[in-house]
Formats: sequence, C-alpha cells, structure tokens
Amino acid sequence: MYQGIYSVVSNIKIAKDVYKMILSGDTHAITAPGQFVNIKLDGYYLRRPISICDYDENSITLIYKVVGQGTELMSKLEAYEKLDVLVGLGNGFDVSKSGDSPLLIGGGVGVPPMYNLCKKLIANGAKPSVILGFNTADEVFYSEEFKKLGAKVFVTTIDGSVGTKGFVTDAFELVGDYKYFYTCGPLPMFKAVYNATVTSGEFSFEERMGCGFGACMGCTCKTKYGNKRICKDGPVLVKEEIIW
Amino acid sequence: MVNTKVTLSGLTLDNPIIPASGTFGFGYEFADLYDINILGSISCKGTTKEPRFGNPTPRIAECTNGLINSVGLQNPGIDKVIGEELPKLAEHYKKPVIANISGFSVDEYAYTCEKIDSQEQVGIIEVNISCPNVHNGGMSFGTNANSAFEVTKAVKAVTTKPVYIKLSPNVTDIAEIAKACEAAGADGISLINTLMGMRIDLKTRKPVIANKMGGFSGSAIFPVAVRMVYQVYEAVKIPIIGMGGVSSARDVIEIMLAGASAVQVGAANLVDPYACKNIIEELPTVMEKFGINSLEEIIGGSH
Repeated sequence: MYQGIYSVVSNIKIAKDVYKMILSGDTHAITAPGQFVNIKLDGYYLRRPISICDYDENSITLIYKVVGQGTELMSKLEAYEKLDVLVGLGNGFDVSKSGDSPLLIGGGVGVPPMYNLCKKLIANGAKPSVILGFNTADEVFYSEEFKKLGAKVFVTTIDGSVGTKGFVTDAFELVGDYKYFYTCGPLPMFKAVYNATVTSGEFSFEERMGCGFGACMGCTCKTKYGNKRICKDGPVLVKEEIIW
Repeated sequence: MVNTKVTLSGLTLDNPIIPASGTFGFGYEFADLYDINILGSISCKGTTKEPRFGNPTPRIAECTNGLINSVGLQNPGIDKVIGEELPKLAEHYKKPVIANISGFSVDEYAYTCEKIDSQEQVGIIEVNISCPNVHNGGMSFGTNANSAFEVTKAVKAVTTKPVYIKLSPNVTDIAEIAKACEAAGADGISLINTLMGMRIDLKTRKPVIANKMGGFSGSAIFPVAVRMVYQVYEAVKIPIIGMGGVSSARDVIEIMLAGASAVQVGAANLVDPYACKNIIEELPTVMEKFGINSLEEIIGGSH
C-alpha cells in the first residue's frame, strides 16, 4: 500500500452513470490486477474504494459508477485536481492459475478490473474469452477495448438491446472450453456464475469498508478457509472457499 | 527541545499518542507503513475469552465527520491473541502495549484478564466495559455504577498490572461511573468509547448497518470527549487516557488540557493510516506555538 497525492488527468462519462478517470502518480504499490484504490474526497469522512481498471508506470485508470453522493462528487472532478489516494489495496487476481484459455466474466461496474487482468493474461500468452454483462445498451462500455486487447468478447444485455439477450450465464454456451475463470459483478450474478461454472475460479467481492487496508474489521466475511477481510485478504476469493 | 514524555501508572511513554483499540488491529500490519516504535504505546484489538466473528455486514456507515461501526468485537480469542498476535506484534514493537479486554460476564472479564496478566509485553490492561455493539454485552456493565464496580473489582483481583477501565459515553452521569471504578481499585480511566448512533439508507429505507445501530466515532464526537474527560478529571484522582475524535496535535493538547494524561487516536487511523505518525511529528511544533515545554505540565490545565 502506498499513500500519495494523485493528479486527475481526465474524467469523462463513458456510459449511463459510468465515468472513466485517469490519475497520474506513483503506481509501484500495485502488484496484481484486481486490486483497488481508496480515494479521499473533500467533505466525506471515509474514502471511496474503487477497483483499478488499468495502470502503467505512472498512471491509473479507474472506471466507476455514480451510486451515491461520494461518487457523484468524483464525477465532477476536473483535470489537474489533486486527490489523496491509497493505492495497491487488496490481494488481486492470481494470473498464474489461468491456464491457456481462461474465462473472464464482468457484470456492470464489475467489468473494469477484468480489463487489466485480460491484458496481463494475454501478455502471458493466454487466450481469454470475456463475457461482459449489462442491463441495457446505454450501460455498455469497454467491449471494444477488450477486443483491441485480442480477447474474444461476448456482450449480454438483459433487455437484449446489444449482444446476447439475458444474463452473463446465457453466453456460456458461446464460449469454448475454459480451465479457470475470473469474475467481478453483483451478488446475484456471482451466484449464477458459481452454479454455471464447471471449473475453479476467482470472485472479486464488494463490501462496505471502513479503512480499506485491514485495520477496522468492518468488511469481514466467513469463508471455508476462515474469516477474511474483503479489503485485505480479498477482495478476490477462490470459488472453493466461498460460503454464500 | 520540547518534552513530549508522559507517565501512566509508572509507565513512561515517549509521547502520549496511542492508537485506540479496534482501529489498529494488533499493530504489526502498520509496521509495513512506518516504524511503529515511534508510538507512545498501542492499545490492541479488543480480546474476549472465546474467538468471535462479530456482527453481520454491513458493519460500517459513514457520517458527517465520522462513521458508525458495528464490528461486534471480532477477535481470535485470548488464547490465539497470546499465542499468535502478541508475539507477531513483539517482532515489530519493542515497548509495553495496552491489552484491551472485554467480556460478557464478570467471570469472563476475570478469566481473560488473568490470562493476559502473564504477558510481559503488556504494560497496562484496558477493560472495555462500554462496547455498544454486543447484545447483553459490555453495554450493561458500563452504564451502571454497580456493575462497573463489580467488573473492576474482579479484574483487579487477578492482576498486578495497572488496570484502566474504558468507559461508555452513553450514560447520564459519567463522573459517577468513573468514581465507582476508582473506588473498586482502578488504576486509571480510558474514555470515551463510541456513542450509539444509526443511519438509514434513503433508497432502501432500511438501516445502513445490518445490526441497525452501532458506535459513532470520528472527529464529530471530539467535543463530547473533551467534556467527559473534563468531568471525569474533576471526579477522580487516577490518570485518564483521553480519546474520542482526536485527529490532530491541537486536539491532543486540548484533550490533555481537559485532563488526559495520554491520548488515544481511533477513527482517524481508518481514514489516514499515517494519522498517529503525523500527529507525533506535528506535536513539537504545535507545543512550541502554544508555549508548552513539557506535555506533563498541561494535564488538566483548563481546570
């Protein structure tokens, strides 16, 4: 974990209620895709945990959904504004487990952490298939970006306005064999993915957090491997340890 | 060169800054961030006789200048704390620590206290009689002078280490409770624990926290802490560890002027993991600004 002052490079709307913010600053503390940052906002006591979509040596890309007052304030930040950010939080995904053709499943605002993961997997020589699930066409984002990385992309929308009509699991029959999967998204999607997948895999969870770095025990969950703090021992849990 | 040293029951601290129980784990995880040996002491995560998972999530709700938590004393239990957590902390922290214990009966308090008494690295035992999160738990002891007396008496009987009773602010007369603890032999008083609070989500129209209510802390409660430390200082002769929303060196000086001999920093650690370090570093400058040569001289200075 690293605490630093980061500068907003850009902050633009990319879909309904969804924004993409690029921050410039130190990224050495990021060790795996699926980690998150925790952002201090003026006027709010607790930081806002946001998953890392992508990063390089000196910039971090965040994609976030406006869900409350804090993220609404974030959406109004402009270039050159400075933010106090804790960077490199959480365990992240284990790319070494992927096998040759891993399956990535992102639902809504769970899509962003799949992006850097996909990039890392392709760099490692894997050929990932990616299922991106949304409610409607106006919520869809990043399907082209995943294609540009070289992944096979399948979009699903619940109303059928883009891609396959239905849930992410409705696209499973379109995907070839996979030996391992990675997923991030809402809880109902997780349960459907849990039941529809035939292999081991990793789930990136969300929980209301106090600190984001393991001190307060605010986000603890029970797993088959003992109590885990979503912020520090997670947010990624392996399929075999999850207790619903 | 200003003097930041303070003394608690014969224990000299390099400075009065102590991370508060429940906001710093068992300390060692903060050792990755900075040298935690700069801390005056560390009040460890509240420990009970048996391991506890705590309350269901969500356990956290944000407030203006604070938060509500309903963690519910999650801890691995006294045996694991002694066997694993304290030794891990000892690898990083070389000074005496404050063990924070809690219980659900007088016997449990005594049991946990007696076990922790054997630990050399423990300099002070802090007895939480005020945690507002647990049904039939700490709350009842801390809100009644007789039960506060009983718990204090029971733990004092099983340890030779200094015992500080951590009081709940959710009472009508904090001085009466503090006096009862002093009469039962307490060596000091810690206050304040969190204030009972609640938030409701406008979208779901339900409480934000699974357990509905929780303990409110953060800078918003600082004036309540100052008031209660002031009142307890007038009521008892034993030393006070002041806490409740302390977030800056100025807050440290203010609560010491109210009567605190040392100061715990709680919620601030959760917002800024370097909060204690920053306060320790800014303390000498703020002391100089207000013409303070030695912190010990200002304890209770407002009375």
